[in-house]
Amino acid sequence: MIGEAEILLEMSECARTGVVTMNRAQEKGIHARFQVRYPGFALDVDLHLPGRGVTALFGHSGSGKTTCLRCVAGLEQAGIGLLEVNGECWQDSAAGVFVPTHKRPLGYVFQEASLFPHLSVRRNLEFGMKRVASSTRKVSWGQAVDLLGIGHLLERMPDNLSGGERQRVGMARALLTSPRLLLMDEPLAALDLKRKQEILPYLERLHDELDIPVLYVSHSPDEVARLADHVVLLDQGRVVAQGGLVETLARLDLPTAFTEDAGVVVEAVVGDHDDQYHLTRLDFEGGSVLVARRPEAFGQRLRFRVHARDVSLARVPAERSSITNVLSAVVMEVVDADTPAHVLVRLDASGTPLLARITRRSADQLAVSTGERLWAQIKTVALLG
Amino acid sequence: MGPLDHVDLAAIWLTLKLASVTTVLLLLIGTPIAWWLARTRSRLKGPIGAVVALPLVLPPTVLGFYLLVAMGPNGFVGQMTQSMGLGTLPFTFAGLVVASVFYSMPFVVQPLQNAFEAIGNRPMEAAATLRAGPWDTFFNVVLPLSKPGFVTAGILGFAHTVGEFGVVLMIGGNIPEKTRVVSVQIYDHVEAMEYTQAHWLSGGMLLFSFLVLLALYSSRLKQNWRG
Repeated sequence: MIGEAEILLEMSECARTGVVTMNRAQEKGIHARFQVRYPGFALDVDLHLPGRGVTALFGHSGSGKTTCLRCVAGLEQAGIGLLEVNGECWQDSAAGVFVPTHKRPLGYVFQEASLFPHLSVRRNLEFGMKRVASSTRKVSWGQAVDLLGIGHLLERMPDNLSGGERQRVGMARALLTSPRLLLMDEPLAALDLKRKQEILPYLERLHDELDIPVLYVSHSPDEVARLADHVVLLDQGRVVAQGGLVETLARLDLPTAFTEDAGVVVEAVVGDHDDQYHLTRLDFEGGSVLVARRPEAFGQRLRFRVHARDVSLARVPAERSSITNVLSAVVMEVVDADTPAHVLVRLDASGTPLLARITRRSADQLAVSTGERLWAQIKTVALLG
Repeated sequence: MGPLDHVDLAAIWLTLKLASVTTVLLLLIGTPIAWWLARTRSRLKGPIGAVVALPLVLPPTVLGFYLLVAMGPNGFVGQMTQSMGLGTLPFTFAGLVVASVFYSMPFVVQPLQNAFEAIGNRPMEAAATLRAGPWDTFFNVVLPLSKPGFVTAGILGFAHTVGEFGVVLMIGGNIPEKTRVVSVQIYDHVEAMEYTQAHWLSGGMLLFSFLVLLALYSSRLKQNWRG
């Protein structure tokens, strides 16, 4: 009973703020709570998300991430739902508030672009733009068209576009409504690897150049690691973890579904280029790694991913070894991995978290325990972007 | 027009007028019905769909009989029209239109329903995320996307109304220039052994029907090739 009363209390709060939207508009952040029940599937989430940057809803198929996104868009109406976006109430089932999709200032990019087949690219783009009052337009025509590189496609019909081009038009169309929240439902999932590579840079530019918060649904760890600032891990309709990308991916208390491909993401800057050996040094908090020569200029930011299975541990730094990247790190935690033969070790390399997946036998032989200082040998780093 | 006298021409004119009025009304009435049938999850979908489809299988005389009873002086429609000062509908052009609307309903509703179902949810959802409200979406997304369905519905509704006989005879009788349509006129000519005129009118109907169906099927074929 107490639990119920609490829910009611919190929900009616949203309704109140809905009335005084203007006063609380300065409040950044998204609070979403949805309970939906379908035959064989239930979604029950409570999300507190930052009102800026890219937040990834990450999970396997059937985890409820798309349903969650559709609830935010109002395309799905959660039986019990509360949704507040940067101080505005979009849904409050307790107070009977449900703002229909077409009155929510959002943009939505579907997995299959879903352009209107009877309209040219230009008229697809205009469709949303001309339905938005010109005083609230923040993204200009030229900005959206240039950002997504679709200037040469304007007179074409959607049927005559490649999958990647369609998806870019879909993104530009959503942007041209000057959304205050951009929702993207696996925008790359229907594309082959080459098209993905073609679109990812546009997504990054979108992230860098426009100050629009994005909710990005994906089941691809690489996409998430490359694009997201904040991550929500979903499993079977429930939130497993949510938080900053780097901290959340380095957590060990996640279900096996997320640890079999465990790894961390490191934000680095290009420190130096070594022309003799064609290497580039990437600096980050607590150390640096050498990677094959990168095209990026000195000082540019880069993200890379270190898989737990690519990190081995040593008591003494290996003197004669082909492994270039060795970091000193302190053991923070040791837990069971996805198989009984392995353990996962969480390390702190002077401020940068690392995960290592080693055999239980090695862990015992090295006497790996919390607080020990060891050498982490990194076999490969996967550069994102 | 040597073999056709002015009575025949009046029958042709009346037929075209009846089919045109009926088709326009059917497109107006059939669209919301088809939309509802295509979108609803109500349990009434089955029964309503079946009622709309009834004229496909019922003998036209059965439909005509019930309409005659309902619109007659003692029927509930008849009572209503009389109290509104309109008299009764049977044996008038208006009565024919009402009967034709019922009789040709499935030929308009079903192509529209198929067209609406083929569009699916996605374009509507996309439109909603682009700030288009329900009516806006209907007129700017659904209508253009279901244009082939409307063309098919219009052609079939028109052609089927031109070809009706039994219902017309039951409701309209056989009043020259008022309710005597081509099919009834042919019947009269044959009864009177006027085979020449019967040939001209029948031949005309045959040609008309063939051309309509030819246009319909070749446009469909073209669409399939393109898709």
